[in-house]
Amino acid sequence: MTVMTYREALNQVLHTEMARAPDIFVCGEDISGGAGGTSGEREASGGIFGVTAGLLPRFGADRVIDTPISENTIVGMAAGASLAGKRGIAEIMFADFITLALDQMMNQAAKFRYMSGGKATCPLVIRVPYGAGMNMGAQHSQSMYNIVTSVPGLKTVIPTNAADAKGLLTTAIRDDDPVVFFEHKAMYGRKYEVPDGEYLIPFGQASLLCEGDDATIIAMGRMVLFAQKSVAVLKEEGIDCDLIDLRTTSPMDEDTILDSVEKTGRVIVVDECTPRCSLASDIAGFIASHGFSSLKAPVGQVTSPHAPVPFARELERAFVPNPVSIAAAVRKVVSYQ
Amino acid sequence: MRLQQSKEQLLDAYRQMKTIREFEERLHREIMTGEIAGFTHLYSGQEAVAVGVCQHLDSEDLIVSTHRGHGHCIAKGCDVIDMMAEIYGRQTGLGKGKGGSMHIADFDKGMLGANGVVGAGGPLAVGAALSAKLDGRGRVGICFAGEGSINQGAVFEAMNMAKVINAPAVFAIEINGYSEHTGASYSVGGIDIANRTAGFGLKTVETDGCDYHAVYDAMAELLDHARAGNGPCAAVFRTTRFFGHFEGDPQKYRARDEVKQHRLERDCLKTFRARVVPVCGISETELDAIDADVLALIDAAVDRARAAPATPIEEMEADVYVSYQQDQP
Ligand SMILES: Cc1ncc(C[n+]2csc(CCOP(=O)(O)OP(=O)(O)O)c2C)c(N)n1
Repeated sequence: MTVMTYREALNQVLHTEMARAPDIFVCGEDISGGAGGTSGEREASGGIFGVTAGLLPRFGADRVIDTPISENTIVGMAAGASLAGKRGIAEIMFADFITLALDQMMNQAAKFRYMSGGKATCPLVIRVPYGAGMNMGAQHSQSMYNIVTSVPGLKTVIPTNAADAKGLLTTAIRDDDPVVFFEHKAMYGRKYEVPDGEYLIPFGQASLLCEGDDATIIAMGRMVLFAQKSVAVLKEEGIDCDLIDLRTTSPMDEDTILDSVEKTGRVIVVDECTPRCSLASDIAGFIASHGFSSLKAPVGQVTSPHAPVPFARELERAFVPNPVSIAAAVRKVVSYQ
Repeated sequence: MRLQQSKEQLLDAYRQMKTIREFEERLHREIMTGEIAGFTHLYSGQEAVAVGVCQHLDSEDLIVSTHRGHGHCIAKGCDVIDMMAEIYGRQTGLGKGKGGSMHIADFDKGMLGANGVVGAGGPLAVGAALSAKLDGRGRVGICFAGEGSINQGAVFEAMNMAKVINAPAVFAIEINGYSEHTGASYSVGGIDIANRTAGFGLKTVETDGCDYHAVYDAMAELLDHARAGNGPCAAVFRTTRFFGHFEGDPQKYRARDEVKQHRLERDCLKTFRARVVPVCGISETELDAIDADVLALIDAAVDRARAAPATPIEEMEADVYVSYQQDQP
């Protein structure tokens, strides 16, 4: 084990995988930075969140491609190259901007395999920093993973700690399908123990972070961290929870969800998305359809409200689900008669 | 060509440029205190573009701005006090603190909004120009755009669309040399932006964006063209930014003394002073008095923003729609 940040874990995987496989390339805006600058420093940033640091000096500009601001072509180019024998890792600087690339993601990359009758492979990874909490306003703070999860042909990964970031990114890069990889911006600097050496986590395998018989909390991304805090508080009140970190929302670990629901009968889904067509509503629907006989209470959903992410500190704080709102939702479900 | 401008107009142009400069210089200092949240992109260095363009416009004309929008807002007449409150995320801000620095808008002033999405303004400006065309009163829609946005497909589409529908749209393109940490010489293929815009059939002028008079003259010609119904135009301005891409940017991509040198040699305020004082009947004292006014205004804006109430939580879910009937679960 080595202690490192979420950012460092991701960076290490990119280095290791690019060294292992020469058909991997990365592309995105400012992933190195400094091109065309006047200082002569060819690597000026290593990505605005530093995740791609050091790749350019090591692997060169042919495989570490700083791009113009052209999201649709960043994804499309990576998809095209991946269709033609390479493995592209595209970075979209903020998840909000996948909207500019949705044609290439949804209509192209996601559908090649199917439309070719199983002949095409498009081993593409699209990395997207997402999420609220940094006062970046309505166009730089959205979660977006609900949209991606809904698309047949795309896989959706949302790691919540550095070890999972390592295991899941390695799997994503080696996977033969298009994968969209969500990294919460507030998590980059957090430190965790990370297994040394090669480490892969299969998709569709949730992690059960703690166990309890009273309620099931299902969460993904940064919401897992908040749920962990709620769990600690609830434990002191005598409420013991299963906490399920989904890790990948497509594919989704249905068995782990249903096993827990069968045990507790009381469920809360915590999701940073806005409520309509969210993962919370999707999972609540899944449980209602497949675990109905186990349920002792309506499935609780903790989400952001049906509004854009506000800028002002106080509003943004109130906007995102937090340990207090999660704990309140758990109490409500647990006390339901 | 150097167009004649009245003394009054020149003093106003100076006041606008100075207001933008001091607004940004002050924000640069205030942001370091940690009181202002989020992402702030400062416009210092580019003032001559915003003011040289907007001096030709009234509140009926429409502009669409970028993430680096404070200068465009001020030049188009947005209230500095209300802008500052927005940047501080207060209830009294132009967007009740819900938008922030990147989303300042004032529709009464014909300012349709800063924008967090690079290139998104292109199509919107063509829409503004379409509205102006349908009204038939000679109004125009202006798209402020950084050279980085010129690489977005949406901007290509917007230029072509403007030409196809003969919209009175003017693309005011500000080449400040960088998009975030990447130089224009790398990211703009072919580099010659004027050639690109001309390739779409836009009447194009390229000039020094650090020189108010050059900007003003270029825009006079283009706006005559657009207002007369002769179709869309592009103005390509070579300019510079005095700060990092956003506040906190260490600017490793820039030569060590680049900003210092540009502040020395390409400061639009200094150029303006040097040009108007000897020949336009304007004295140093008059300009100094404006400087003092502006500083007092910025002080007041910061003081009032600090003292302004936080936006109440009830505002969080308000203003999403004009109307929306739904029972809360
Ligand atoms: C669609 C989109 N992609 C990326 C970004 C991140 N971003 C913000 S500003 C910027 C650079 C813009 O450069 P330019 O258009 O030249 O304007 P400048 O910052 O120089 O004023 C980038 C890449 C964004 N806001 N929107």
